[in-house]
Amino acid sequence: MKALRALAMATLALAVVGCQKKEEAAPAPSASAAPQAAAPAGDKILLGVVGSMSGNEATFGDSTDKGIRLAVDEQNKKGGVKGKQLVVKTLDDQGKPEEAAVAATRLVTQDKATVLLGEVASSRSLAMAPIADSNQVPMISPTSTNPKVTKEGDKTRPYVFRVCFIDPFQGTVMAKFSRDTLKVNNVAILRDVGNDYSVGLADFFSKKFLELGGKIVSDQSYKAGDQDFKAQLTAIKGKNPQAIYVPGYYTDVALIARQARELGMKQPLMGGDGWDSSKLYEIAKGALDGSYFSNHYTPEDPSPVIQEFVTKYKAAYGSVPDALATLGYDAAKVAINALETAKDLTGPSVREAIEQTKGFKGVSGVITLDADHNAVKSAVVLGIDKNAAKYAATVNP
Amino acid sequence: MTEFLQHLVNGLSVGTIYALIALGYTMVYGVLKLINFAHGDVYMVGAFSGLYLARGLGVDQSPSLFKALLVFVGSMLICAALGVIIERFAYRPLRHQPRLTALITAIGVSFLLEYGFQLPPMVQGGVPFPPGPTPRFFPEPFPRVDFEPFGVHVSNYDIVSLAVAIGLMFALQFVVYRTKFGTAMRAVSFDSGVAGLMGINVNRVISWTFALGSGLAAAAALLVAGSRPTINPLMGLLPGIKAFVAAVFGGIGNVPGAMVGGLVLGLAEEYVAGYALSSYRDGIAFAMLILVLLFRPAGLFGRVRAEKV
Amino acid sequence: MGHLKLVFRSLLPFLLALPVLWAATAVLAHFEMWSFQYILMMAFIDVILAVSLNVVNGFTGQFSLGHAGFMAVGAYTAAKITVAMRGMDVLGLPPGVSDQVVFSAALVAGMLTAAGAGFLVGMPSLRLRGDYLAIVTLGFNEIIRVVIENTPFLGQATGISGLPRRTTLVWVGMGAVATLVMARRLVGSTHGRALLAIREDEVAAEAMGVDTTGYKVRAFVISAAFAGLAGGLLVHLIQLCTPRSFTFVKSIEVVVMVVLGGLGSVTGSVIAAFVLRFGVEALREAQQYRMVLYSMLLIVLMLTRPTGLFGTREIWDLLPRLRRRRAEGGAQ
Repeated sequence: MKALRALAMATLALAVVGCQKKEEAAPAPSASAAPQAAAPAGDKILLGVVGSMSGNEATFGDSTDKGIRLAVDEQNKKGGVKGKQLVVKTLDDQGKPEEAAVAATRLVTQDKATVLLGEVASSRSLAMAPIADSNQVPMISPTSTNPKVTKEGDKTRPYVFRVCFIDPFQGTVMAKFSRDTLKVNNVAILRDVGNDYSVGLADFFSKKFLELGGKIVSDQSYKAGDQDFKAQLTAIKGKNPQAIYVPGYYTDVALIARQARELGMKQPLMGGDGWDSSKLYEIAKGALDGSYFSNHYTPEDPSPVIQEFVTKYKAAYGSVPDALATLGYDAAKVAINALETAKDLTGPSVREAIEQTKGFKGVSGVITLDADHNAVKSAVVLGIDKNAAKYAATVNP
Repeated sequence: MTEFLQHLVNGLSVGTIYALIALGYTMVYGVLKLINFAHGDVYMVGAFSGLYLARGLGVDQSPSLFKALLVFVGSMLICAALGVIIERFAYRPLRHQPRLTALITAIGVSFLLEYGFQLPPMVQGGVPFPPGPTPRFFPEPFPRVDFEPFGVHVSNYDIVSLAVAIGLMFALQFVVYRTKFGTAMRAVSFDSGVAGLMGINVNRVISWTFALGSGLAAAAALLVAGSRPTINPLMGLLPGIKAFVAAVFGGIGNVPGAMVGGLVLGLAEEYVAGYALSSYRDGIAFAMLILVLLFRPAGLFGRVRAEKV
Repeated sequence: MGHLKLVFRSLLPFLLALPVLWAATAVLAHFEMWSFQYILMMAFIDVILAVSLNVVNGFTGQFSLGHAGFMAVGAYTAAKITVAMRGMDVLGLPPGVSDQVVFSAALVAGMLTAAGAGFLVGMPSLRLRGDYLAIVTLGFNEIIRVVIENTPFLGQATGISGLPRRTTLVWVGMGAVATLVMARRLVGSTHGRALLAIREDEVAAEAMGVDTTGYKVRAFVISAAFAGLAGGLLVHLIQLCTPRSFTFVKSIEVVVMVVLGGLGSVTGSVIAAFVLRFGVEALREAQQYRMVLYSMLLIVLMLTRPTGLFGTREIWDLLPRLRRRRAEGGAQ
């Protein structure tokens, strides 16, 4: 027993000392340089990625990371940026905001990342944003849709950007589409109460929908990871709405659709870009026919940027890219583009270059960053027919 | 009225699942006084072993009842073996240690299964192993047929899973109260020291208890996956906690208590979500539990044992 | 005179810690070890959590599984106050000083509300034993989360963002010292003896005239207050207050720290908090394999050290033994 105790103590001591050593070693080389905004030395440019690689939302973090890596590999094959190779370093945050903050701090202060990419969820991007700002390292979030991510009070955060829609825009897209095109008067909402993305879309949707003279007959909630939604659906069925707005992720939506059909509900479902994944159709098996969702692009679009991306992604990972992979790819592309045009590789210059992004042809649309550092691009509405998405309409901001 | 009946059908189908998982918790608690935190993850492993077996047998191309049965029994066996292995290596060495110690290894095993199944694939195939974090589609074992008596939607899946669940519960009731093994199990549960002195092989009884409980978890997982066909490595987390609540609700360590607890919880959640605020569903389930515990500190069917002084 | 001496003695740990923390901050800033500093702050917050939970789970032998719920109460209270008072100068003090005053007031308010929540939960539920108490506290944790997710005033799922960065190494360090002083003082007091008696044998304690429920509730309230402190410090470090930081998974993490360190061992909790925080951090590069390694570490540690690293002993209880063993080794 005593030997064991000694062993355990020794391991602990080693673990602590080991960490310290590593930490001490890392910042040493740049200690003489200017404290912040130091240009990366050597022939590598580090892109730091913070993502949920494990935990509840691992599947989203994984997709985003794949998209980012695809973009970086492409660029490296072309010879990198300014003669330097790009290196991606991903740190896992397990889907927790405080872990995202630690990971971002490590990437920025210890690994000296030039650009931060991440996070998927707004609640974690919000934890990273102050770190990007205070260390003057530009951060591009691929999919954080909450308006507050790029804001600090009323001011725009100088170093935080995003390439996705914001909730107020995407929520109103479906509200307009359902009122104008589908001529729906009353809808029910089924939102993921624990997910800020879902709550944000639901709130802005209902605001716009009421403004346009529609009626919300039922507002129900579920929690990501639930497997049974029949309680809420039965309640919605009793109110007999003409459509149901389900702004969640494909992981839950497919099951919701199936269970709605099992209850004999024939209404179309409506949703946002969280739906976009081949898994949706694999699991729903036709239950979503007649439904609509807003998205960044349509896979039918013959534009070479899109077709090339889909082919390359399939070749690299053997699956069709979902919205998260697409936006991860675009976030990396915007970052690479800025690195190329920036006058040097210091934080402030790269930041300026990102801010100048205008009419950038990404897969998810033509991206222009506005004064609030949000991507301004048009949304498409896709209809689902015979278990496949078909273009239905384009909605401009 | 139709809506009320529909809620009843939905609630029963969820409640039976909770009940099946809760049985595993309660039996293990009965013999070991241990909250087996890894139980929800054994449930998840049950779903995945079902998926691998179904893919191996080609259920999605040509579904048949025989294959479905084979998948069902196969995954129950796999999980039973897993349960026994977990007990042997993670809990048995700690049996005479403070109870919280085994709880921490249980949490450790739970994390190991959850995060282990989220790892990038090492063995490639139709479904690679480990499967990774993406949700997987579970093939339907037989075609779905819907009935609509009195405007209430019921499918053959609901009927089959209800029948299987009730059948399993009766079988378990028989095993626990009518067989020699059941008697031994109850004896160990009452006082494992004395049971040992009476010539009962305590270790064997505990192993079999784990096997039974884990097998039931696998059965629950397949009943869920058959009708709600998506599975992922963290699918056991929420049902695990809910079933634990159900077990405590009915009086942990008490077999009929777990069944009733599961059904009550399923129905309560259903009616709360259906008629009141669905966003408060989880909270209200817990609030109800707390109220019951305040008035019956040992759960609905639990007995407060006299304290030794 | 004796009174003054007592005041000085109780302030001594803080007076000693303050220059050390200042020096540490300066050294870390000089070497630009920002991420080390960040992780150190997280570790100190873990220390506050683990030691305060140890008061209930270790000293008193009750099994609380809802520490994150009390954290949430403290965190939201503190966050609401600092956001509301942002940019205001209290009592005409200069902004820097005023901010610190507001922050300390916010932390104290957080501790008080968390203590209040602890009282509300503890009062009825501490009559329950063992696992029933665990499930009630877990349930409370979940109810808190559900309430936050449904309250627009608290920001629902998004939470409160844009908090000022107030937490520094000195703040968390002082918080940890305060928690340690509380725990050590508690064990040595009449109160602490009563708690230990409850842990060892509740029936016997009651027979000896110990008001078991009363003592348990008080221990619970104290523990909740410090969880609230940890919550307040955490959200002003990451500058964000969301329900995702306070799920039952967080509660489980704290329980793991306490049991790993040894139930009832204050220094054990401290060391376990540091080991787990830095261990998990060192493994971060292992990506998806990190949590698998972490879980294996947990299992192996518990199998080899079933009563935790220190059992109910403190680190200084072990030192003479080590010395003696060395002497024995020398004799042979």
